[in-house]
Amino acid sequence: MTVTVKFFARLREDMNIENMSLDIPVPTDARSVWAAATGRKMPEYDIFCAINQAHAHLDHMVNDGDEVAFFPQITGG
Amino acid sequence: MSVKIVTAPFDPQDELQQYQKQLRPGCFGAMTSFVGTLRDFNNDSTVLSMQLEHYPGMTEKQLDAIAKMAKTQWQLEATLLVHRVGKIRIGEPIVLTVAWATHRDAAFAGCRYLIDKLKTDAPFWKKEQLNNGTRWVSNNT
Repeated sequence: MTVTVKFFARLREDMNIENMSLDIPVPTDARSVWAAATGRKMPEYDIFCAINQAHAHLDHMVNDGDEVAFFPQITGG
Repeated sequence: MSVKIVTAPFDPQDELQQYQKQLRPGCFGAMTSFVGTLRDFNNDSTVLSMQLEHYPGMTEKQLDAIAKMAKTQWQLEATLLVHRVGKIRIGEPIVLTVAWATHRDAAFAGCRYLIDKLKTDAPFWKKEQLNNGTRWVSNNT
């Protein structure tokens, strides 16, 4: 299956990836998408995830065509 | 109910007044607003400016959901959320939240919920420009 992967803020800079299209076997969760997209361990600071623009846990399953986003602590307002 | 993401400086009073003009006179008895502005210090450092990044699409969805939840929970007559993105200069407004309600308790509580929930759920990230470089803000105090 194919998913779109996005990185934001500090994470985008640290991983040096903004967005990508990723072919990955099913079934898979967001944590596996991270591993396939970056090939790296997660950084020591907290990482959050969204699937199809809704907050999700890293163990949430991902489906074909999904948009998976990774980002650090939200700091707006 | 209105949600706006703006890329240029905005006047909170003007935004509030323009939106309130659309409301039926007499439909509310209380209005509470909150404005967050960029200060020139943070964590013992001088802040020169700030870059505010967001997740287009998800931001609007989250803000809509927050406004709907607030309206339901406190029976608000109306809500307004305005959030700035891009480069922000010292003293400029970053965020405006407004709640209109029948009575003050609901207006205060609704406005407080809007800004508190925005800070935990809406995908915005702040990067400060300091004298000696840049720094991502790492908490949402």
